[in-house]
Amino acid sequence: MLHSQMRANRLVIKLLSSIVMLFALFASANAASAATPAPVDPSKIFTIGGAMTDCGSGIPGVKFHVTGPGLDVISTTDKTGHWAAIAPETTKYVVDRFTVEIDVTTLPKGRKLFIDNTKRSLIFNHVNSSSATFKLAEIKCAGTTGGNGTNAENPGLNALFNGINLGLMLAMAAIGLSLIYGTTGLSNFAHGEMVTVGALTLWTFNKVLMWDLVPSALTAIAIVTAFGWSQDAFIWKPLRKRRIGLTQMMIVSIGLSMVVRYFLQMIYGGNTKVLTQGDTWEVLGVKMPAVNIICSGISILVLIAYTLFLTRTRIGKATRAVSDNAALAASTGIDVEKIIRVVWVVASLLTGISGVFIGLYMQAAWDTGFSIILLVFAAVTLGGLGTSSGAAIGAMIIGLIVELSTLVIPSDLKFAAALAVLIIILLVRPQGVMGRKQRIG
Amino acid sequence: MDLIFSNAVNALFDPMTAAYAIAAIGIALHFGFTGLLNFGQASFMAVGAYGFAIATISFGLPFWGAVAVSVGLSVILAFLLGIPTLRLRSDYLAIVTIAASEMLRYIVSTTSAQPLTGGPQGLNNYSTEFYGLNPIPVGTYGFWNFTYSEREVFMRIVSWTLVVLFAIVLAILVRSPWGRVIKGIREDEDAVRSLGKNVYAYKMQSLIVGGLMGTVAGILFVIPRSVQPGNYGTQLTFFLWTMLLLGGASTVIGSVIGSMIFWGLLSLSDDLLRAGVDNGVITFLTNDQVGTIRFMIVGLGLMLLVIFRPQGIFGNKKELQFNG
Repeated sequence: MLHSQMRANRLVIKLLSSIVMLFALFASANAASAATPAPVDPSKIFTIGGAMTDCGSGIPGVKFHVTGPGLDVISTTDKTGHWAAIAPETTKYVVDRFTVEIDVTTLPKGRKLFIDNTKRSLIFNHVNSSSATFKLAEIKCAGTTGGNGTNAENPGLNALFNGINLGLMLAMAAIGLSLIYGTTGLSNFAHGEMVTVGALTLWTFNKVLMWDLVPSALTAIAIVTAFGWSQDAFIWKPLRKRRIGLTQMMIVSIGLSMVVRYFLQMIYGGNTKVLTQGDTWEVLGVKMPAVNIICSGISILVLIAYTLFLTRTRIGKATRAVSDNAALAASTGIDVEKIIRVVWVVASLLTGISGVFIGLYMQAAWDTGFSIILLVFAAVTLGGLGTSSGAAIGAMIIGLIVELSTLVIPSDLKFAAALAVLIIILLVRPQGVMGRKQRIG
Repeated sequence: MDLIFSNAVNALFDPMTAAYAIAAIGIALHFGFTGLLNFGQASFMAVGAYGFAIATISFGLPFWGAVAVSVGLSVILAFLLGIPTLRLRSDYLAIVTIAASEMLRYIVSTTSAQPLTGGPQGLNNYSTEFYGLNPIPVGTYGFWNFTYSEREVFMRIVSWTLVVLFAIVLAILVRSPWGRVIKGIREDEDAVRSLGKNVYAYKMQSLIVGGLMGTVAGILFVIPRSVQPGNYGTQLTFFLWTMLLLGGASTVIGSVIGSMIFWGLLSLSDDLLRAGVDNGVITFLTNDQVGTIRFMIVGLGLMLLVIFRPQGIFGNKKELQFNG
């Protein structure tokens, strides 16, 4: 008993000392990311633009026809793949609609659009610039044999593997969310931003500073952990001290999520950062990026380690006690605030890993985490609010639904399928798959 | 400087401000008076916008017919959202409404629904009949930086009349016996149930009425512009909540004033920052980056409001207790 307590104490000391280190890193990372400039737009004029990229490098010479009130120009992408058209000056509150049409004949040979739709319409909603996005189908990057493309021969197995992959990544983020919910009651809408920070800092180290993947990933995870620690230290703990209600805290987290998300957009810009890595492996006839397979393996190990932490260590047991009944746990001598801090660190560690893996799986952008946060919430609710095993199972279900649904419905509806399943399950079994009935009160 | 100031004043009385105000009045009924955490007001607005536009474009319905279709769809949506969740704890309603509104957005923006919803491009050209109702003769009206076409004048009159109308409806509702019951539900659901009231039915009625306001707001919002699926993300709902909490959730006038302050301040801060960038006063930002600052301001404002003044500008602290 004494031995395990000492071990636990040492763990805390280790965690704390590493956090101090991470803070220095966080500062340096910010400086690094600020060094990547957003496209400069010095004029007051409204611009319409975008970028055509292929594996991180721009495609020059693609033509776009931009039309709208007082505007009819053709814009061509430059060496970096960027293009822009300038709309006539207007000071109106909301500007009229513009149409952008891509000239598909100017695309590189053999390349097609991901969605066969050559037109986009744009409206300026209180911003000076608007972008039109066109994605290319089947990206095959130089140096790889298969890339992230679909495996036409075996779509079922491919979707299954993708589903497992996504499920495992979501599981770590979902356990993080669920841990925090279980111990503090907070439905943290800013959780997705931890995923984004993980993915974007990975990109900063790996693709801007050109570090190797492993040190970049570890640093990114460390930064997310530091971010989680400081969130609790500077925002949530003071709010708990003020005895702010849980609904209020939830709305505070919505505000925080907006602040962080748009701060990241300000620094990193609106475009997607490509994180594609090296080799492709073949498993049961399905080609997959090696890095995704390795990520799945690591995810499983992390989930096992987490389970051992929860069931075998003294802190893990204390965590479960606090999440079951905080007042009772406090009366047995558990320092609830200390446990909550540990929970935040563990939760953001798991979420950081998830963020790095999700970045490697679906690329990184300022709203990556925001785009999956509802899936994470769905996973946690599906499993039963506040239980870790439930969150993991819920995440696997959501991951599989998202990817397997693409076999029967259009792929741009795959997230909708997961949300539909969430609503249906709540109708039938509101306490979730693993939840206890009294929790839904 | 004149232009910056008049832009802000324009924003105060813009039809869009009115549309947001009406949608926020709906959430005031849901959250401020009934205690329902509706995070899916964007879906009610989307139903208004798409219902109206599709009924006009694809089915050729007259103006009032299209409005009726939207209203009908809105009631159906309220039932779909309410039936699974109104018996559960309040955070379930929050998650389900937000999930449903995102789901609706994915469905209307899918390329496979393009013939009907326009897919990612959205819809336009459905307002002719509305402007046909305009009795104001063609011309420009107003003075200085405040000149409007006859359509803009008509749009402003209609929107703000509806704002006043819905504010009065809300005031009457919450002062009625029905209003006393829903306020009772907000304070203590079990106590109201023990008095023999059907809490579930009252909550459902509140959800339907507030949702209807969102739908009307959705129609108003799209008449002067096009329907864009991207507009109906969770952002829209969070903006509405910020306006609501700014004015005071448990007040009638709060959502209206909140919406005006919200858009006025955003316009002002945006224009000032842009002017600063253009004149070289602010050198650490580009114009693209200024566009993101407004959202950071909204987020920060929301956090500070909820922490330091949860009752809003006009609210009474005793009236609004955030539960659970």
